[in-house]
Amino acid sequence: MSTFTETRPLVLPRPLVLRRPKSTTGFWSWFTTVDHKKIAILYGATALVFFVVGGIEALLIRLQLAGPNGTVLTASQYNTMFTMHGTTMVFLLGMPLAVAFGNYFIPLQIGARDVAFPRLNMLGYWIVLFGGLFIYSGFLFGGAPNGGWFGYAPLTSTPMSVGVLPGHGPDFWLAGIVLLGIGSTSSAINFIVTIINMRAPGMTLMRMPVFTWMMFVVAFLTVFAMPIITAAMIMVFFDRNFDTLFFNAAGGGDPLLYQHLFWLFGHPEVYILILPGMGIVSEVLPVFSRKPLFGYSVVVFSGIAIGFLGWGVWAHHMFATGLGPVAISAFGLSTMLIAVPTGVKIFNWLGTVYGGAVRLTTSMLFALGFIAMFTLGGLSGVLHSIVVADTQQTDTYFVVAHFHYVLFGGLVFGLFSGFYYWWPKIFGRMLNERIGKWNFWLMLIGFNLTFFPMHIVGLVGMPRRTYTYEPGYGWDTLNFIETIGAFVIALSVFIFLVNIIYSTRRGAIAPSDPWDGRSLEWSIPSPPPEYNFAEIPHVEARDDWWHRKYTEDADGKLVRLPAGGAVEEAEASVDTGGPDGNGAHDGHGGHGIHMPSPSFYPLIVAAGLPFLGYAAVFLNPWLVIPGLFLITFGAYAWALEPSAEPEAAH
Amino acid sequence: MAAVEQVEQGAPPAVPTEPAHTDAQATHSGVISPKLGMWLFLSSDCLFFGAFIATFLLYRDRPGQKGPTPADVFDIPFTSVTSFILLMSSLTMVLALAAIQRGDHRRFRTWIMATALFGATFIGGQIFEFTQFTREGLNLDTNLFGSSFFVLTGLHGAHVTVGIIWLLSLWGLSMQGRIGQHQSEAIEIAGLYWHFVDVVWIVIFTVIYLIPK
Repeated sequence: MSTFTETRPLVLPRPLVLRRPKSTTGFWSWFTTVDHKKIAILYGATALVFFVVGGIEALLIRLQLAGPNGTVLTASQYNTMFTMHGTTMVFLLGMPLAVAFGNYFIPLQIGARDVAFPRLNMLGYWIVLFGGLFIYSGFLFGGAPNGGWFGYAPLTSTPMSVGVLPGHGPDFWLAGIVLLGIGSTSSAINFIVTIINMRAPGMTLMRMPVFTWMMFVVAFLTVFAMPIITAAMIMVFFDRNFDTLFFNAAGGGDPLLYQHLFWLFGHPEVYILILPGMGIVSEVLPVFSRKPLFGYSVVVFSGIAIGFLGWGVWAHHMFATGLGPVAISAFGLSTMLIAVPTGVKIFNWLGTVYGGAVRLTTSMLFALGFIAMFTLGGLSGVLHSIVVADTQQTDTYFVVAHFHYVLFGGLVFGLFSGFYYWWPKIFGRMLNERIGKWNFWLMLIGFNLTFFPMHIVGLVGMPRRTYTYEPGYGWDTLNFIETIGAFVIALSVFIFLVNIIYSTRRGAIAPSDPWDGRSLEWSIPSPPPEYNFAEIPHVEARDDWWHRKYTEDADGKLVRLPAGGAVEEAEASVDTGGPDGNGAHDGHGGHGIHMPSPSFYPLIVAAGLPFLGYAAVFLNPWLVIPGLFLITFGAYAWALEPSAEPEAAH
Repeated sequence: MAAVEQVEQGAPPAVPTEPAHTDAQATHSGVISPKLGMWLFLSSDCLFFGAFIATFLLYRDRPGQKGPTPADVFDIPFTSVTSFILLMSSLTMVLALAAIQRGDHRRFRTWIMATALFGATFIGGQIFEFTQFTREGLNLDTNLFGSSFFVLTGLHGAHVTVGIIWLLSLWGLSMQGRIGQHQSEAIEIAGLYWHFVDVVWIVIFTVIYLIPK
């Protein structure tokens, strides 16, 4: 009596209320897809839209500052603009676009058919999209965020009734950051599990392409950094709405605690943003130099070192707060220290290009631009480890110049390099190289016109986050040049959008391996089939795809293997079986490959979260009910729905 | 729909809980992906609680605070009892997992319900404690101790509540006969969460209640 067997499966025999979506093509399939490649495209398109929006905000800022006593924006509008520009570019451009590339290429580079949790992947996308729209909906419902992208307490934590910051701005900001944090944490967990569990046979960690490696490090940083900002946001929420005293100096609270919590998240966040760019150029430079990456393991380990050291430098954002000599010396030293692995990487990239058969494609130009601009940004960054200098530079345009050299010159150049490099693989058409060259040179010129003069105006004392300035400080001309530069960048981005449209209409059809690539994504058709790999590859070496195409003769010269040899070899290695055990499923041409089925539930769960966000903003408990209903319904239905429908095999 | 019909006829389950492609790759770490994902989530949650515990420690000894102090309001014997009950719920969780792994569904249901009830008792104790403290004049806005204590322990209570709902859901599914012996991993993952919530409470109880000022 005490032991009997259960025969029914965990899943329900009938779907709860909703029939399982079947179609994997067409407009509506984008709402229910679990294909990592389609989700990546959604992430990418969303990030590009937010990039344009954040760019428009930047242009408004530059218009306001083009001359002294600007009148384009009021002080309050200016606050909103720089807050939304920063928030957008960090959380809605940088992170989602890196996740887009990671989503598309981590599975392809490690030889997997999808990520570990396809539905969680889709949930993460919806949360990021809804989180972004939620923050922007502040413009409609009583005030967009206006307390800076760092939202320093007690500025943001003072109750609204006190009227320090008008409107619901900080409420939208903090609830939005929590939403975006949930989204990025879920995708980070997904990436880590995918990389740990789903590598193709023979794909050891030290054979992984560097982009995948860097995304691996980034995912760990995200998993550990996001909960800290979430905690800080919850404290601000309670301070603001329930009169707790966390950051209320009058009640004994310590506003500095907020800065510690924020930058304990915020500095790893800097590396969350820059490491994907480093990963992309580490892919691009070897391909267009026809040389393996110089010092692969050093690049990987310096990436890991940056990941660790990134946790020990946060207080260099706070040198002006009076932390005391011991603390600032320690953080000054650690800030110098983190320049070492970063510098090592730069020499590795130069060593890769040195002596190579360099092809100056647009992608390569952006990668080289990355090295040059990022080095400049790194150099001005090291200056901040010199505490006395930093104290002088704090809150001036020098800092703005520094982090734009790192994040625009670094991250954005890296992402554009990735666009030109991977576009043919994703969409099956090449981006136009001629338009691309215009895109690159205008961006390089516009970028330096905009941000280089900021070093100078910063050093002579122009403060950040101040909506206007008087004439006669010697800032006028340089600011005008910066504004012109900003519009040159805008033109460059417009040209990129033109290139996208041109490519869709007339772009050359991309072969599967247009650049003579080195990693596995180039071994499959462009665009890849839904199942990615008809046969799971067996990896024999680092840069495996390259070694299947080329060998070396006795003199050490590259010799191309006879066409077809590589393919036969690959098939032979699959036929021998191997630990993946997938042989039984793998018929020819992908027939019989069992892929996860589309699902409505990620969308439903994610749709519940903004309700909770609005409930937190307006302190309206009624809004919790639809939110919790959607989340609960979606979560149960999700849990009871099998990841792949048994009868849905292709 | 073939599998569904089989189920209705009481035939052996034909529905895989994981798509073939994840099964196939499980060799790399030897840990199934959902469990690894749960470990990562819990490691993330560690820093979440870490931030609040650090905040509490920072603020505990601030001078010049008005209102009740920890020594004024804490009822250590009472909280020890509820803490002990929460600790015991980890034991029953282990017994539940062992039962499902043996295929002993009856005991599984008993233990999983016991775990949920122990958790609910703890939450009841917390509600009583909160009410008591409020009556003694400690609120969110009274002093730093009130702010950091209520938010930290309240968020822990929210975690326990989510765990209870999860356990009751598993119990309900098992009553419908939908949790087979081969699905013990699903119980193990719920167990990971439950033990984590428990361990966090051990830290909170030690750091906040037991280590004297």
